[in-house]
Amino acid sequence: MAGYLLRRLAYGLLLMAGVVILNFFLIRLAPGDPAEVIAGDMGGATAEVLAAIRADYGLDQPLLVQLGRYLGAMMQGDLGESYFFNRPVAELIGARIGPTILLVLAAQVISITIGVAMGVMAARKPNGVLSGAVSVVATIGYAVPVFWMGIMLIILFASIIPIFPVEGMADIRLRNEGWLERMIDILHHLALPAFSLAVIFLAIYARLSRASMLDVLGADYVRTARAKGASERSVLFRHALRNAALPVITVAGLQFGGLLSGALLVETVFNWPGMGTLAFDAILRRDYTLLLGVLFCAAAMVVIANIVTDLAYRLADPRLRGET
Amino acid sequence: MKFARILGGVAALALLSPFAAAADGGSLVILSTQTPRHLNGAVQSGTATAVPSTQLFASPLRYDAEWNPQPYLAESWEVSEDGLSVTLNLVKNATFHDGKPVTSEDVAFSIMTTKENHPFKSMFAPVETIETPDAHTAIIRLSKPHPALLLALSPALAPVLPKHVYGDGQDPKSHPANSAPIGSGPFMLESFTPGEATILKKNPNFFREGYPKLDEIIIRIVKDENALLIAMENGEADIFPFMTSSNSIKRMQGVERLTVTDQGYAGIGPINWLAFNTKSEKLSDKRVRQAIAYAIDRDFITKALMRGVAQQQRGPIIESSPFFDASIPAYDVDLDKAKALMAEAGFADGMELSVDYIPGNDEQQKNVAEYLKSQLKKIGIEVSVRPSPDFPTWAGRVSSHDFELTMDVVFNWGDPVIGVHRTYLSTNIVPGVIWSNTQSYANAKVDEILNAAAVEGDPEERKALYAEFQQIVGDELPIYWLNASPYHTAYDSRLGNPPMTIWGPMSPLDEVYWKEPK
Repeated sequence: MAGYLLRRLAYGLLLMAGVVILNFFLIRLAPGDPAEVIAGDMGGATAEVLAAIRADYGLDQPLLVQLGRYLGAMMQGDLGESYFFNRPVAELIGARIGPTILLVLAAQVISITIGVAMGVMAARKPNGVLSGAVSVVATIGYAVPVFWMGIMLIILFASIIPIFPVEGMADIRLRNEGWLERMIDILHHLALPAFSLAVIFLAIYARLSRASMLDVLGADYVRTARAKGASERSVLFRHALRNAALPVITVAGLQFGGLLSGALLVETVFNWPGMGTLAFDAILRRDYTLLLGVLFCAAAMVVIANIVTDLAYRLADPRLRGET
Repeated sequence: MKFARILGGVAALALLSPFAAAADGGSLVILSTQTPRHLNGAVQSGTATAVPSTQLFASPLRYDAEWNPQPYLAESWEVSEDGLSVTLNLVKNATFHDGKPVTSEDVAFSIMTTKENHPFKSMFAPVETIETPDAHTAIIRLSKPHPALLLALSPALAPVLPKHVYGDGQDPKSHPANSAPIGSGPFMLESFTPGEATILKKNPNFFREGYPKLDEIIIRIVKDENALLIAMENGEADIFPFMTSSNSIKRMQGVERLTVTDQGYAGIGPINWLAFNTKSEKLSDKRVRQAIAYAIDRDFITKALMRGVAQQQRGPIIESSPFFDASIPAYDVDLDKAKALMAEAGFADGMELSVDYIPGNDEQQKNVAEYLKSQLKKIGIEVSVRPSPDFPTWAGRVSSHDFELTMDVVFNWGDPVIGVHRTYLSTNIVPGVIWSNTQSYANAKVDEILNAAAVEGDPEERKALYAEFQQIVGDELPIYWLNASPYHTAYDSRLGNPPMTIWGPMSPLDEVYWKEPK
């Protein structure tokens, strides 16, 4: 088990190094550079100022030298300084990583619980009206672009029926209130973005758990459980769902990357102060170090999510526990 | 039951919250789509920094709505007969947010720091030294008369920095204090979260007795304009300045609680224009540029494309400025004349041109570029619209002079010396620099007039020089000016003294108050 974990970690590190190096070159293929953005933001600058900005950030050095310096600093845990904000990248990401994790986890919880519940209900009567309805809802959910869903939810629940706020994670005016009020405020702000992000994945889990439950419900041990006189609830949740959940766990891990990239769009639509909006702005400003830092963290999160999934899978499936 | 208690708590909270307070005090939520890099306007131009910077830092002078300088940190000032020195007499009771007094040393240090680090080099270029005979007198010595100096001493351009903080030898452009500034303005920094929000609280020791009226100002950055409009409609925010889209303006005008105005932007003087690369063979003949001007219908652009929210702009100096010359050639649409000019210039068979535009503000830029395509076809010019995916791409193309026509929006920044000269002086043709003379326009007479206007102390003489300048560029057209960017502010009608001076939202909001509890 320990050996397996180490191996996975080593692969993960290799993958992250690949992500950093690839992105380092990719972002530099885009026209324009940070000096121009900074100068543009300053209302134009002289050629000397531009040269000084480039020299300040080492942008006048050959690409390989820049890469070497970046990787060298990174080995020592230094993600560099944002060109645009003149602040350490780690500090900027540190302020944004919490909201992104909150959004992604909330969406994950919503999509798995509702999705699996829908799937189980549909599987009980595979040819019933409910099953058909779940399939239709799931297909629509899967087809709808996440940003469109966000915009529609804003129009419906923030403009036509204004019951949800539209901007950010909290009402700044409540910042000095008690923790309970602030928590309620955050949940109030979280509802629409988390639901928008959850919809597409909800559809995946609904279809997956429906199919998986249908398989399992036809299995011998379920028939045995029923023959023993176990209640329908016990059959469904104790015997069937525990087995049917295995593919859901696998997919949940694999979808983590998808959730993160979906979060980028949702964050932009809802002005959610997470890593997505940070990355989006960093691209527009050619803020190389900041963007690389965000991508590095995102890659790390995906690698960690995959390892956690593997471990969860092993815990859930006794057959795999002995394998290394 | 528990849920009901929580709901009750939320309701009670709404009643007790600070924005339900009486007329003095209260909080003001400003919305912005722009992200400031930091909060120090002495080393950074642009509206995103200027709005918070002018709350945090006081400056020698401030301005009213009629271009008149008003006392601020300087209670009085005097320009010498020969125009070579300006004496500032500072108020005696001003202190920085950390309690240290504001002295003439700080003023001298700030102006020299701004001179060296601000991108607008012309603001303080003639400043040679600043003498400080006593703690409350600063004498600015100039190498030549510099009438633009008084406007350059405005809050948006000349924040007074604490020398004891910034004088530590670190580079002011990346000084850590830029993100946590100590100034002497009406509001102090509570927190600055990059890309998210800036929270300012009342400075209880502000040197103007009885001000500021508000307890706090929250500047929220919201990238999505739709979300921003909903926030205004729902009362989540109180003021939304720098709004240009006709859709947003009209939508805000439809909200009963809000007032929408285009006042407060005369100082910035934002001009939306079409620039010609005069080095391009096809565009080097002024008759071609004039033909294009005759083919463009400013009326259609402002009334149809911009749905009536924008004003026409006929020259290089914003029409609301005292220096604007209304007799500049207007080039009212005349397609026959346009075709004749094309033929005269040897292009009777037409030509092909490309037009660039700044991405991100379709109504002011892209739509006009698309309109040029159909309109110029009428005089035989095939225009291809060349989009840029983002600002750096556009800036890279234009600053390296790799363009034929481009849409652009450029600010006057108060005095022509600061924001107008840079576009027309042949000495400012600097490849690689955006918003320099990227048109490569060179006319020795224009250089001479502008250099004379920069040092002319007599306002009437100066006005005459600028009139002559406008006539020349109005004839030679290195640029065809289309409209003033329709900046509008939407604000809660219960706000007293909304920002309407020439610098509008880029000026201290110390006098803003709630006329009735919110």
